[in-house]
Amino acid sequence: MTRHTQTPAQSPTGSSGLRSPLRRLLFAGIAAAFTLPLLPFNANAADVNTTGLAVTDDVVQVGILHSVTGTMAISETGSVQAEKLAIKQINEMGGVLGRKIEFIQEDGASDWPTFAEKAKKLLVNDKVAAVFGCWTSASRKAVLPVFEQYNGMLYYPTFYEGLEESPNVIYTGQEATQQIIAGIDWVVKTKGAKTFYLLGSDYIWPRTSNKIARKHIEKLGLKVVGEEYYPLGHTQFNSVINKIRLRKPDVIYAIVVGGSNVAFYKQLKAAGIDMTKEKPALLTISVTEDEIRGIGGENIVGAYAAMKYFQSLPNDNNQAFVKAFKEMWGKDIVIGDVTQAAYLGPWLWKAAVEKAGSFDIDKVREASPGIELTTAPEGYVRIHKNHHLWSKTRIGLAKPDGQYEVVYETKELMEPDPFPEGYQ
Amino acid sequence: MFSGYTLGELGSILAMQGFAGLILFSVFVLMALGLAIIFGQMNVINMAHGEFMILGAYVTYLCSLFFQEYLPALFSVSFFVAMILAFIASGALGMFVEWALIRHLYKRPLDTLLATWGLSLVLQQSYRSIFGAREVGVTLPDWLLGAIDLTDFIQIPINGIFVMVLTALITVAVYFLMFRSSWGKQVRAVVQNRVMAGAVGINTERTDRMTFGIGCGIAGVAGSAFTMIGSTGPTAGQLYIVDTFLVVVFGGAASLLGTIASAFTISQAQSTIEFFMSGSMAKVITLLTVVGILMLRPQGLFTLKIRR
Repeated sequence: MTRHTQTPAQSPTGSSGLRSPLRRLLFAGIAAAFTLPLLPFNANAADVNTTGLAVTDDVVQVGILHSVTGTMAISETGSVQAEKLAIKQINEMGGVLGRKIEFIQEDGASDWPTFAEKAKKLLVNDKVAAVFGCWTSASRKAVLPVFEQYNGMLYYPTFYEGLEESPNVIYTGQEATQQIIAGIDWVVKTKGAKTFYLLGSDYIWPRTSNKIARKHIEKLGLKVVGEEYYPLGHTQFNSVINKIRLRKPDVIYAIVVGGSNVAFYKQLKAAGIDMTKEKPALLTISVTEDEIRGIGGENIVGAYAAMKYFQSLPNDNNQAFVKAFKEMWGKDIVIGDVTQAAYLGPWLWKAAVEKAGSFDIDKVREASPGIELTTAPEGYVRIHKNHHLWSKTRIGLAKPDGQYEVVYETKELMEPDPFPEGYQ
Repeated sequence: MFSGYTLGELGSILAMQGFAGLILFSVFVLMALGLAIIFGQMNVINMAHGEFMILGAYVTYLCSLFFQEYLPALFSVSFFVAMILAFIASGALGMFVEWALIRHLYKRPLDTLLATWGLSLVLQQSYRSIFGAREVGVTLPDWLLGAIDLTDFIQIPINGIFVMVLTALITVAVYFLMFRSSWGKQVRAVVQNRVMAGAVGINTERTDRMTFGIGCGIAGVAGSAFTMIGSTGPTAGQLYIVDTFLVVVFGGAASLLGTIASAFTISQAQSTIEFFMSGSMAKVITLLTVVGILMLRPQGLFTLKIRR
């Protein structure tokens, strides 16, 4: 209230403050006169933004929040690149509601409190209309209270363990059941697998995923002959490889992540376990093309991965996406599942904003369920009312050149089910 | 868990597991030797040890790229060249760091902890800026891949044997350097009494620089060898640093023999427990045991008997 009583005399910038809006209006008028024939509809900023977000008549600001330094930079770089590509393409098509997207990039620095702090900065200081970011579940859990308190919108790209559904997050990666159930059904059907050895890094995602896997395997009447976890960053897997050899499972189900991944596959290969042979088959949900770069194609050839996207998908959307991605970021770059999911974020947000006719977070949230993308590189996707995506699950066979060959895809879209009954 | 196996199968599993323990032992010794020299002999807590290792790994990566591009015919020996270059690169960086940073801190050993930790952050970010945040894949010569099949059941990883042989060679070399060469005598003299060593004409500054350089150089060779079994990325050095300090401290910092004995104990304990329990539990039990023993015997397994 006190703000309204302020007179120009109290404010030294008062006089120039009077002039500049006038000038801006003039410029805006000229600009509008030029753009009017091009853009059929460019609603007044006040109408499409009633909550004070960083939206002007020609620009809307969004946030990108990933780690570009620290341990996780290795994984999150691809997501940043994909989000920037999507934003660039959307701008080339005329932006969102006639406004160009500008992004403010913040670095979470692989540190969860930093993520929360930067999320608050983006929402409170910058008032961004949406945030594309986070990678690990830990970082998402850290920013979640911030997004719920200040009512922001987060587009989260990583496949993850599920058990979460926030009105302030759109999950563009798969949750665990989508990845796991289709993968196990496939390996049972085509490889006649009867026994499984579950293996993972020791934190929430592998543990929850293996829990779901075990339930499903036992529901099918098959057997888990071993299940174990190694600390993050573990580099010596010879003992577990011996145990695998002893139990002779039909399938090694591996959810190892990070630097451990490289050590695990190199040592598996060195120990003479040949995944190109009939048995044991190796099925993973944690190795994308990105990880294979570090592991080396020759060390993982013959393994199967269950996820929703592979760079080698032959459809036209994907061909165009891969081409654009390489043009922007270099021809040697590879694109993994999460990178593609991150690419979907800005597009899904654009579609929701246009459907709502507004940048208001509440209206975007209301408009989001049912939003579909026919142009997604992975093919058709649709937002479920639980804020996850309907998507197909595919099985890829790792080749020596570090790419996957898609050997199977589910006929139907898999329904996202973050709280699976009977699996907990 | 052993029901349904023949005696022969059990025997081979035991043999394989013993071998897994030996590989782990070699890996521990290899990563700890450099630190044992620097921490044990110079009392410098080098938190950047892992980053010196990763420098070696990146040198190996560059070397394998170079050979693939320009000398594909000689690719099978590229790994040896890479290890020598890794030693030189890490050693040179070590000597530079000693000159620029460490030598000012000899009287404040605890401050070396902070200084080298800062150095490790600087190095990590430099690797990230130069080589990118992603891990790089090091292509290895074919002869280093795969396993030797002794029987249907016993398969010995070739890179494991390679690491073992390399560790043995480097250990012997370090032993001769430290205990049979005049340089080693100088190092030990400086450690025991810096002022006195200076007074009898030993160039203590040069000795320090060489010692630090050689410690870092060995770290580089270790990093080079670990491209066979682990990852090469800006922060991969962090994966090794805890185990390295554990081995050196547990063994009794000043004793090379202690380092070897402690590496053997920890590796055998860990790989045995790992076989019967899950990996995380094995780590917990190993760490608890080490903590327990260190509480009873704070000086570590072996100590040097010197009058101070």
